[in-house]
Amino acid sequence: MSATLQTIRMLWWRELIKFVRDRARLSGALAQPLVFWLLLGLGFHGSIRLAGPATPGSYLAYLLPGIVVLTILFTAIFSTMAIVEERKSGLLQAALVAPVPRMALVLGYGLGGTTLALLEAVLLLGLLPFVNGVHLTPSGLALTLGVSVLTGLAFAVLGFVVAWHATSTRGYHAVMNVALLPLWALSGAIFPIEGAAPVLQAIMRLNPVTYMVSALRQGLFGPNAAGSVSTPEACLFITVLFTVALLLLAVRTVRRPLRL
Amino acid sequence: MKTSEAAIEVEALTFRYGPRIALRSLSLRVPSGCCFGLLGPNGSGKTTLMRLLATLLRPTEGCLRVCGHDTTEAPSTVRRCLGVVFQQPALDGDLTVEENLRLHGAFYGLWGTALTRRIDELLTRFDLQERRHELVRRLSGGQQRRVDLMRGLLHAPRILLLDEPTTGLDPLARHAFWQTLRQLRQTDQLTLIVATHLLEEAEQCDEVALLDEGRLVASGAPEALARALGDEVLWLETPEPEAVAAAVQTHFDVEARVIGTSVRVAASDAHALLPHLYEVLGARLRSATIRRPTLEDVFLVHTGHHLHATPETALTS
Repeated sequence: MSATLQTIRMLWWRELIKFVRDRARLSGALAQPLVFWLLLGLGFHGSIRLAGPATPGSYLAYLLPGIVVLTILFTAIFSTMAIVEERKSGLLQAALVAPVPRMALVLGYGLGGTTLALLEAVLLLGLLPFVNGVHLTPSGLALTLGVSVLTGLAFAVLGFVVAWHATSTRGYHAVMNVALLPLWALSGAIFPIEGAAPVLQAIMRLNPVTYMVSALRQGLFGPNAAGSVSTPEACLFITVLFTVALLLLAVRTVRRPLRL
Repeated sequence: MKTSEAAIEVEALTFRYGPRIALRSLSLRVPSGCCFGLLGPNGSGKTTLMRLLATLLRPTEGCLRVCGHDTTEAPSTVRRCLGVVFQQPALDGDLTVEENLRLHGAFYGLWGTALTRRIDELLTRFDLQERRHELVRRLSGGQQRRVDLMRGLLHAPRILLLDEPTTGLDPLARHAFWQTLRQLRQTDQLTLIVATHLLEEAEQCDEVALLDEGRLVASGAPEALARALGDEVLWLETPEPEAVAAAVQTHFDVEARVIGTSVRVAASDAHALLPHLYEVLGARLRSATIRRPTLEDVFLVHTGHHLHATPETALTS
């Protein structure tokens, strides 16, 4: 048991200390979503008409929860990328020949990535004073942070699973970008579900990321925020379900002998 | 009990990567406290055997016992008594020496003051005290290897597996690394299993197993294996090995075998034979060499080809 806890703690701590030592990573991970937010938000400023009363900068506000999710996604991709290399030649392989349960590795790597994702999400929320319509209550804040943590964990664990199978960092990137960016784009992050074509609407309703974005929306702008797809409780429930499903997938993945 | 004396027992071990057979019905026994070398060219199955011993892979057929425990049935027990050093240091270059050791200690459930004491002890022994807070990527290749060795020894294993541990080191650093290994054996009563494709490393082991294409071709003490070929061996290099071997046999009534592209002549007195040989066959010979047999010769005699493959084939493994 102590090997499990110590391993989770040390892997988590390693992710943080490396992040602190690598300033370029911090700014890079923040700058990209920020640029996205400003480009899309100001670019579509006049083109997108959202339902409800038109307020200045309403599209920038609409976009913000999706950008937070994108940041979490990028952070998780980045923090689990090293696993591809470490599994084949380095640190992870040394951990695999040690008696520590492999689940501790999933959680250690996963929680490290989660913490970084949460950190960046919180930094992005510093933009809240600059957008209109924010309606932040204690329970809303709790929902926002809770969903950020779950989303970070889900994507970090997904990254772990993909990295476990990937034969190269390039392959890992290809899979993650091809799978995750469309998932994000179809989550209601950039356009509301009601305005989409019926086919897309169906896909969006099946996409778990839709509920993560919606939950963040409701946490920041209130339960009836524009673009919400269900009640906050339902969105939170689906997010929890998705995260647990990925954790179970990871448990199954690491149980099998390593393909080298 | 006989089994308790064996650090490692391998019985009729076969391993397949899909359709490719990496190890074929391999059996060997490593006595406790031995420095055991696995010698073979790239692709001979050394690394596969190491991964099987380290419980990273499961045997297709046969079984492996480490410290008396089956690697498939009791992997956790096996992992506890094994230390593993890989071809590349399993260190995080962005962490300091001590941070790396703390992280790896956690994998074995080590932490707090007990771990600190162990790290202190190892740092002193490996003469790396003043590097303690240095980032690993700032260390030299030889120093990184030493830190990696410390990593493998943190939990005081009884057996240390080393898979080509001197890859990428210059001869001087390689020599120093082996000196450290020898000291370790004296102080810790460790069993060392070293996979290598370097003759000079294999010759420093108490026992070696020669692997080729997944088969065990010979095993025993290096000197004994070499001596079995005779005190001195005469090697002939010629463009037409078959014809020369036949000629040597008819003219001098000694055994001559074609091995690879050379001819090995098993003469009891090679020195006396050599002048006569040149009289008869001189025009057809490129060179003749008399030397004490080495492990390279042992490998050549058992497999019919050289230990060191041509660069092209070496790269594909």
